[in-house]
Amino acid sequence: MVKGDYQRIIRHCIKGEEKFMEHKKTEPENSETILRVEDVWKIFGKDTDVRNLLSSDIRNASKEEINKTRCVLGLRNISFNVRRGEFFVIMGLSGSGKSTLIRCLIRLINPSAGKIIVNNEDICAFDKEQLMNFRRYTTAMVFQHFGLLPHYTVLDNVAYGLKVRGMSKEDRYERAREAIETVGLKEWEDYLPSSLSGGMQQRVGMARALAQEPEILLLDEPFSGLDPLIRRQMQDELVDLQVSLQKTMIFVTHDLDEALKFGDRIAIMKDGEIIQLGTPEEIIATPENDYVRDFVQDASPAKVLTSGQIMKEPDLLIHEWQGPQATRHMFRSAKDEFAFFIKRNREFVGIITRNDVRELARKKQGALHDILITDVPVCGPDTIVEELFPLATSSPYPITVIDENKKFMGIIYNHTIIDSMYQDTEVE
Amino acid sequence: MFEFPKQWDIPLADWIDRLMDWVLTEFADFFDAIGIILLKVLLSLENFFLWLPWFLVLILVGILAWRAMGRWWYGFIIPGLFFIIGCFGYWDMAMMTLAIVAAAVIISLIIGIPTGIVMARSNLAENLIRPVLDAMQTMPSFVYLIPALMLFGLGKVPAVFATIIYAVPPVIRLTNVGIRGVPESVIEAAEAFGSNPRQILFNVQLPLAFPSIMVGVNQTTMMALAMVVVASMIGARTLGLEVLLAINRIEIGRGFEAGLSIVLLAIIIDRITHGFAVKQQKSYKI
Ligand SMILES: Nc1ncnc2c1ncn2[C@@H]1O[C@H](COP(=O)(O)OP(=O)(O)OP(=O)(O)O)[C@@H](O)[C@H]1O
Ligand SMILES: [Mg+2]
Repeated sequence: MVKGDYQRIIRHCIKGEEKFMEHKKTEPENSETILRVEDVWKIFGKDTDVRNLLSSDIRNASKEEINKTRCVLGLRNISFNVRRGEFFVIMGLSGSGKSTLIRCLIRLINPSAGKIIVNNEDICAFDKEQLMNFRRYTTAMVFQHFGLLPHYTVLDNVAYGLKVRGMSKEDRYERAREAIETVGLKEWEDYLPSSLSGGMQQRVGMARALAQEPEILLLDEPFSGLDPLIRRQMQDELVDLQVSLQKTMIFVTHDLDEALKFGDRIAIMKDGEIIQLGTPEEIIATPENDYVRDFVQDASPAKVLTSGQIMKEPDLLIHEWQGPQATRHMFRSAKDEFAFFIKRNREFVGIITRNDVRELARKKQGALHDILITDVPVCGPDTIVEELFPLATSSPYPITVIDENKKFMGIIYNHTIIDSMYQDTEVE
Repeated sequence: MFEFPKQWDIPLADWIDRLMDWVLTEFADFFDAIGIILLKVLLSLENFFLWLPWFLVLILVGILAWRAMGRWWYGFIIPGLFFIIGCFGYWDMAMMTLAIVAAAVIISLIIGIPTGIVMARSNLAENLIRPVLDAMQTMPSFVYLIPALMLFGLGKVPAVFATIIYAVPPVIRLTNVGIRGVPESVIEAAEAFGSNPRQILFNVQLPLAFPSIMVGVNQTTMMALAMVVVASMIGARTLGLEVLLAINRIEIGRGFEAGLSIVLLAIIIDRITHGFAVKQQKSYKI
């Protein structure tokens, strides 16, 4: 099991790396630093309280200790560099301060202490005007909850950053249209965001950021609100984008798979601190402490994949109005030993085996209901693969995936589970 | 022994009288200027409304009703109500009522929307203004007639003034609520792309607060209409005056006609402004 994990994870890394290799080769090993974060702190609370706290010894106490004062610890002692063209991933569990950190980088949240140096300028020292221009021309951000303007069409949303710059309508629409085409939403230009699906809305968010042609692209869990299939697809597209654009990207996620897929380097955060920073291999091979080790172990596909993701289409679906002869006929052209019996509204009833049907058809009397096996294992689409093991071993029949209304969704054979452990998730 | 001691009497009425005297003498020019502006706005509106041919008014109302409510038959029903007012012989009176309402609403919006914006942008301003609005809305409407009367005498101008004071709170409140209700995530995104406060106000906050502001406009308009009727007590020639006269002379029929006309006018104005508010809300889906 453990071996399988590692193989898969390493394969992940290699896969990600391969794609980057091409452009990485064209760049010098230590290309210039575009972003340097030096000893950044963020304490939430009243100004005076925060100042007192930072100048006292409590600053080094644990997060719990600090939160006993009137302040809340957001970030502590954060330092790292990002090279031009690098894909830098910030990873951590919920509440570890990832969003706080990425927001500090463009001062949506003002750091309480420290320096953030972009292109040799400390943005913490910027006045309002400089900060506006920095946000307008140097960075662009993609948000977990999209942050689209609900009253603007897709086109206007994508053009918004350019409008803020004061660009003329024609120019900004032209560039926005290009960006929209890049994310594949050409036909949707004139729709409002509310008429788009989540995945499409996030494409709009991406297009809006891309239209800025920023030096640094900031992404705060851009895919975590999307369902798994769309998510994987958009991840792949982002990898492609990164290869073609070679933008500096800072990517926040709580998902190790995502981090390994993208990251040139990964920073793992806990309680507002970076506890390990390194390449994906370094992090997997030599986890700094138990926290990181747990994280890495969590990447076991059995703990990550769900039944909905690995389920297959059945060979044979039998509807309740079909008779034994028709069923037997259908079995002839199918490979499977089982057929799945559903009602008119797709509600799953049970399984029929090839042998039983043959018997029934030969006897020429009785209905399919007589040979229906209803005592079969079932699960919902969100069941984690690990929880399928007992189901799979306790019954000779395949597991049927049904939704909350008992509607048939797909099936899982024992070999499906085993395949999912070894197959790379990218293979559809 | 059991009576409330006389010496604890606070001569508040005295003080207020003296304050009013002082205000009237010190700020006479100021109130004169306001009076002139109000009169200008009002007279031009009144002339305009009275000049409009009746059938044109009906057609305009029909179009507005149809656009606001999105059903073609409202384009006939609502002007039909207006037509009935005309049949009662109150066409001109209704037009004059509308002129005062329109003047009061326009000025209320000019004052109210910016105030609401200020309130939304600063918690201090909100904490200061909110109790004032609360007080204004709990006060019985005819109380406002007293200062209006003292500042501007009898006639239409004090009527408009009192109406503005009575009708302005909802639009302030709902502008504030609307702007504060804009999702933080949307504002944050706009900020992340380098919007300055003015761009955020005009590109994000006001458009998204618009449905709420429209509800405020609806309420302000309805309150203005109610107040205009009351303001007939200080000599504004509106439909309310007819009711007042009918009461004095105990002419039940006349009072009923005038009262019904007021109700019809209220329905017309409410349906149209309400229709626009709802339409906005639907189109943004927030
Ligand atoms: N405005 C605030 N005031 C007080 N505490 C805050 C504020 N914003 C964030 N925090 C605290 O800072 C910590 C980090 O929050 P943050 O949103 O950065 O977490 P995160 O890693 O992005 O988590 P998630 O995966 O849920 O988005 C949390 O404990 C949170 O309670
Ligand atoms: Mg977050």
